Amino acid sequence: MKKVPKALFFLIGLLVAHLLLAFFYPLRAREILLTSKTYLLEMLSILPPILILVGLFEVWVPKSVITRLLGVASGWKGIAVAILTGTAAMGPLYVAFPIGVSLLNKGASLFNVAIFLCVWAAIKIPMVLFEIKFLGAEFALLRLALTVPAILLIAALLNTFRLNTSRIQ
Amino acid sequence: MFVGIIWTAALLALIFSFFKNRGKTASSLRVSLKFLRSMALPTLLIIWTIGFVLALLPTEVISRTIGREAGFLGVALAAVVGSIVLIQAFIAFPLAGSLLREGANVSAVAAFVTTLVMVGIVTLPLEAKCFGKKFAFWRNFLSFLFALMIALIMGAVLK
Repeated sequence: MKKVPKALFFLIGLLVAHLLLAFFYPLRAREILLTSKTYLLEMLSILPPILILVGLFEVWVPKSVITRLLGVASGWKGIAVAILTGTAAMGPLYVAFPIGVSLLNKGASLFNVAIFLCVWAAIKIPMVLFEIKFLGAEFALLRLALTVPAILLIAALLNTFRLNTSRIQ
Repeated sequence: MFVGIIWTAALLALIFSFFKNRGKTASSLRVSLKFLRSMALPTLLIIWTIGFVLALLPTEVISRTIGREAGFLGVALAAVVGSIVLIQAFIAFPLAGSLLREGANVSAVAAFVTTLVMVGIVTLPLEAKCFGKKFAFWRNFLSFLFALMIALIMGAVLK
């Protein structure tokens, strides 16, 4: 409950900023609303089904399965599973947050969840194809080849220092 | 397309679950609601903030920043811009591609694209809510550092 006032302050701040902007630069204020509307629609179209699936996942998938696939003892297989599930996904990164929380609750290791999050953010198959098309195969594939080890290192560092402190229970 | 698939999958799974076990389905929906409740306000704030950021940093400004500044400062600036803004890939990659063709620094473009996907300052509060402040900060900070390294290596290799 401690978090609520802070978010509310932020909300009020945005509201005040927006009203001021609407008064002095009405066009800019309108532009902000239009941009936000685009992102709001994107969120409304993706988040509800993801949350339904996360709910079903929490209820139906036994903890032992996730612990075996992505747990501390899952080793290279766990890394492979984390990478494959991350690349198969689509949608913005914030969609992956509740999924990551759910995986942690089900016994996935922090290391593998960190990999999953970073891969979701950086290496989605359609995105790579898109990058090849617009930035060239050389650029896209070199970036991909450098990103994979970077993600593994980031996840290893996050895991070593056990950096997750709180999460939605 | 993807949206259609994910909705169909979710609804089919929900119907299947309902016929299999109503009690479990109800508790699964309670889990969904719990996530929705804790994510709704931060997500709304994020979306509003994105509106502000993109109004203050429109794509022309972004491409000017990345295209013009040279040297390490240019790369770092591109990485910072990429960390702040949140643009969908289907807008960002064509933009980055045109910058590259116009002769922008390879490292700067790589830094922008890499931080764009991996670092999210705007979504940081939500990430902190889900995984804790330390995790969210360090994941983003380390991603930023590695993005700079990736960018510099790419600049050296793809001369």
